[in-house]
Amino acid sequence: MKTTKNIMIVGVGGQGTLLTSRILGGITIHAGFDVKLSEVHGMAQRGGSVVTFVRYGEKVAEPIVEEGQADVLIAFERLEAYRYAHYLKKDGVLILNDQRIDPMPVVIGAAVYPENIIEMLQSRHKVIAVDAMSIAKELGNARTFNIVVLGVAAQHMDFSKEDWLEVIEKLVPPKTVEINKKAFVTGFELQKINA
Amino acid sequence: MSDKVIMLGNEAIARGAYEAGVKVSAAYPGTPSTEISENIVKYKEIYSEWSPNEKVAMEVAIGASISGVRALASMKHVGVNVAADPLYTVSYIGANGGLVLAAADDPGLYSSQNEQDTRAVARAAKVPVLEPSDSEEAKEFTKFAFDLSEQYDTPVIVRVTTRLSHSQGMVELCERTEREDRPYVKNIAKNVMMPGNAVKRHLHVEDREKRMAVDGCSMAVNKVEYNDRKIGVITAGIPYQYVKEAMPDVSVLKLGLVNPLPKNLIMEFAENVETLYIVEELDPIIEEQVRAWGIKAIGKEILTIQGEYSANLLRTAILRQELEIEQAAAAPMRPPILCPGCPHRSTFHVLSKLKIHAAGDIGCYTLGAVAPLSVIDTTICMGASISSLHGIEKAKGKEFIKDWVAVIGDSTFMHTGINSLINAVYNQGTGTILILDNSTTGMTGHQDHAATGKTLMGETVPAIDLEMLCKSIGIKNVVSVGAFNTEKLEQVIKEEVAKDELSVVIVKAPCVLLDKKAITSQYKINTDICTKCGMCMKPGCPAITRRSDKSVVINDTMCNGCGLCAQICKFGAIQKSDK
Repeated sequence: MKTTKNIMIVGVGGQGTLLTSRILGGITIHAGFDVKLSEVHGMAQRGGSVVTFVRYGEKVAEPIVEEGQADVLIAFERLEAYRYAHYLKKDGVLILNDQRIDPMPVVIGAAVYPENIIEMLQSRHKVIAVDAMSIAKELGNARTFNIVVLGVAAQHMDFSKEDWLEVIEKLVPPKTVEINKKAFVTGFELQKINA
Repeated sequence: MSDKVIMLGNEAIARGAYEAGVKVSAAYPGTPSTEISENIVKYKEIYSEWSPNEKVAMEVAIGASISGVRALASMKHVGVNVAADPLYTVSYIGANGGLVLAAADDPGLYSSQNEQDTRAVARAAKVPVLEPSDSEEAKEFTKFAFDLSEQYDTPVIVRVTTRLSHSQGMVELCERTEREDRPYVKNIAKNVMMPGNAVKRHLHVEDREKRMAVDGCSMAVNKVEYNDRKIGVITAGIPYQYVKEAMPDVSVLKLGLVNPLPKNLIMEFAENVETLYIVEELDPIIEEQVRAWGIKAIGKEILTIQGEYSANLLRTAILRQELEIEQAAAAPMRPPILCPGCPHRSTFHVLSKLKIHAAGDIGCYTLGAVAPLSVIDTTICMGASISSLHGIEKAKGKEFIKDWVAVIGDSTFMHTGINSLINAVYNQGTGTILILDNSTTGMTGHQDHAATGKTLMGETVPAIDLEMLCKSIGIKNVVSVGAFNTEKLEQVIKEEVAKDELSVVIVKAPCVLLDKKAITSQYKINTDICTKCGMCMKPGCPAITRRSDKSVVINDTMCNGCGLCAQICKFGAIQKSDK
């Protein structure tokens, strides 16, 4: 792989973007790539808009993904997808967890949560929207919704299901290995059926 | 055997310290530096501690160095200000065992109150600075910093920025080199900085600066990469990566040692390229020196002093490329907020109800400044709430602060708030101070401190009792109250602000994120009773939202069961349920 692949994860602080990016980092190393990940810690994590960049390839220089460069944009929340969609490449794909979390300006009535975000995004980008929260709840643990989303996104990356599962097993807390694997496979298969 | 792993920049600094044979590490948590100590503690060969503040941490490391072992202090950029006093003088004392300060700047202010450049402090203190540009270098430069420290008899700063501290990259692990302690020899000429000694040590400092500027020209950390010579770039740290990304074909002088600058190497590079650019985030530290030597260079006239750089910024500013970038959507902002179940929300709700002004401080509770709580009037630096309230009182009189309090967290109080409180006792302040005691250092991700009863290394120790501490310095009015007991809290605050005496109210409730397993109940809205009045939404809990049909709902994946909303609801529509 000559060119560097650019993945972005966006969401709301507390949604578990860090675990997802760690698994992403893990799989790229597992496959023998050079990789750089960039995260947000500290204040922004307190319910703010958070972004994680993952870049992998033969040799990676900068640790961030810039506007117009993302191959895959994984969004855990609708408004955050909307906010960062311009980071996508022309032929990039947006994996969207169809969830709405009102930011404080919306809660207090100082701003309006945009309607029809998915339709607006679909007019410009390839969008795959999933209700991962409901799927994860059905599987028995709502908190694994991010791994369901990762499973969907994995169809747009260069690694086998077996490799993903191996990395998940290594990186999630031991007690949650089975539920996380189940969540991943569900997301992974879901995409296949829809494709 | 070498082993490659992925590491955060901060984790790599910790690994570098470990491999360098460090024996003592001290720090106060502060984004983006915190993970250095959180990773140091994993190495059992190193004694590591959270000190109450950065000055203390620096002094602990200095003591260890004087005794003959390698020592590390780590802190964020504004922490370097707190540690400036010992730093400026240890520059004269130098090092016995290697002494390194890891300082993390925050261009773009992800989690800080200013955007200062540690290199400016280092220049003023005449302390050498190494600046790595990825995780591997973070580790290797840290090791090299200890060598330099011992070789040149100096403290050395390893300067990183948020982007490096919080980026992960590949690192090749090496073994730890155990080193014999250097012998401790009493040497007052070197270690007792009274004028007669210091004046001689100053000669050492000036001589050291000159020698390192010469020796730096042949150090491997300063690297010349000649390519197309039409454009030459001098850069360091993370901006080097942006240069490589945007302009892989230009010539680059990558500086590892950024203070003192390797003058001859820079002059030679400048002569060998047509147009010279200097790419450095924040202040024009390299640029101003290079220009002072009579070298023509382009820098801050086309590149900003503020925020982070990027490859696109360089493509536009230097290569004059027109980038085809889609415009960002006009999406409502999502600023950080207090978590659902945060005890500070309850306190601020009461303050807001009483229309009380608050002199604020540094911590999660700074978020009480934003709507809808809008309680905090001022935020300056660690510990400033109590002393600035005192200043307001001395300027405007005690009646002026009858509707004011100071709010400060437990960790910040132990950091430097205690000094300000002693001042208020001594100089007869009459203000009311709220210590928001959530049993942790919250914003930086839950670090212990002197009042929690646990050390960084996990030992259980006697916790400093805040109530007893305040009483012991002579404060008569010290009251403890639970943060979620809003009725009592309201009554206590009213009583204490009315007094013509200094008062401390310790508002207690652990940070809700400390032990999420302890959360056994949540709250639900009974739609049969709810009048949709929206009172429960006033404190701005992110778990409570209004649907398009005006009904109010509590999000069950977010509710942390604090019950503040249920206390506020006059209709009893918010009811407790099992989680």
